[in-house]
Amino acid sequence: MSVQVDKTVDARGSYCPGPLMELIKTVKAASVGNTVEVWSSDQGSVNDIPEWVKKVGHELLYSEKADDGEYWRIAVKKVK
Amino acid sequence: MAKNVVILGGGTGGTMVANHLARSMRKEISQGEVTVTQVTDNADHVYQPSFLFVSINHARVEDYTRPQKSLLAAGVNLVVDGATKINADTNTITLANGGSLPYDMLVIATGAYPNFDSLPGLAEAADNFYTAEGANKLRDKLINFTGGKIVITIDVPHKCPVAPLELIFMLDEMYRDKGIRDKVDLLYTYPIGRLHSLQPVADWAEPEFEARGINSEIFCNVESVDPKKKIVSTLEGSEIPYDILISIPAHRGAQVIADSGLGDEGGFIPTDRHSLKAEGYNNIYVLGDATNLPISKAGSTAHYEADVVAENIVSELRGIMPSHHYDGKVFCFVEAGLNSATYVSFSYAKPPAPTPPSEMIHWFKLAFNEMYWLSARGIL
Repeated sequence: MSVQVDKTVDARGSYCPGPLMELIKTVKAASVGNTVEVWSSDQGSVNDIPEWVKKVGHELLYSEKADDGEYWRIAVKKVK
Repeated sequence: MAKNVVILGGGTGGTMVANHLARSMRKEISQGEVTVTQVTDNADHVYQPSFLFVSINHARVEDYTRPQKSLLAAGVNLVVDGATKINADTNTITLANGGSLPYDMLVIATGAYPNFDSLPGLAEAADNFYTAEGANKLRDKLINFTGGKIVITIDVPHKCPVAPLELIFMLDEMYRDKGIRDKVDLLYTYPIGRLHSLQPVADWAEPEFEARGINSEIFCNVESVDPKKKIVSTLEGSEIPYDILISIPAHRGAQVIADSGLGDEGGFIPTDRHSLKAEGYNNIYVLGDATNLPISKAGSTAHYEADVVAENIVSELRGIMPSHHYDGKVFCFVEAGLNSATYVSFSYAKPPAPTPPSEMIHWFKLAFNEMYWLSARGIL
């Protein structure tokens, strides 16, 4: 099943504020039901983004390496 | 006919670009081939990093305020007026006084502003040190504080990302010096799962917190504040009582950006991360806090970007291909208390490397606070 991404955040090369902070900012501004995809070149995002998503109660749709292997695409659905 | 360069914004980035252009294009300006005009609604220029020191009574806002006119090189026209609309289709700016300003090239450096209405209860409950008024008010509370719980909360996006950490270290030392540290509970909170987004800074801060008895709560994103009960509620489900709440609220872009349809949902302008041109506009550059780039909203960011923007405008006006690219460079001092500091430097491609705090770096930071005026003038 394909996922419709409503907003993509290119946070590659972002050390400060970093991919998770960029994601939090975008998810807070998004409507319930929207999907936000963040691009991150920081391997730590593979752990800290799902951890935050779980704590807040949103839904992690996928976390995968991009085709070029240089960054990760992580999608989060805002559910509340 | 003269080519008109208009710079919107009188902060660090806009002032540096204006001065850089005026110095580099002295001949063209004197011959009437180029005009450089800066538009700002504030006749004074305030060095915002001073607010941190103001809040603990180590500086006064008036000592870090200068007339904008005094900072500008010969050849820069200063218009002190608000810009109410950027008409990108006609290449004009509508001014608050009703006038209109045409441009051939536009530089947007309109900044970011803390939005105290971003969360229920925040405006009534929170103190801050991100505005001059807020820093003065907070100073009186902090220096008269005799005991209780001080909580720092941080929302995204915000500028000067290390300032909250610096403040908590300063408060720790200030109350130790006063001999009441045992009566003051310091709680620093942060939106993600460590004490700072920069991993080396977080790694350094964690043992410092433990050694100094500074409490922390991570994954802490404020949802609302109850000013009557003095309790902060978070998205993650916790409830935090406070006596003084120091909040760094989510920032938004300038109103003129939203009113002109140029910004994203936060009022920040989609910007090419290397060329610094507004996406979709070949004659508009954006720098500093006004961009939507995933980098620190900080004076040093604007400083490095200003060089790129100004050099590329000079090239374009002289018919040369603009060849300068912003590499994401940021440099931030980090005060580790009242007598020592460290710094971090990084770019899109280069991660930050830790540097042990020292007294010398602290004094260099204080020296830079005075040297800033040379930077704004484009000399340093």
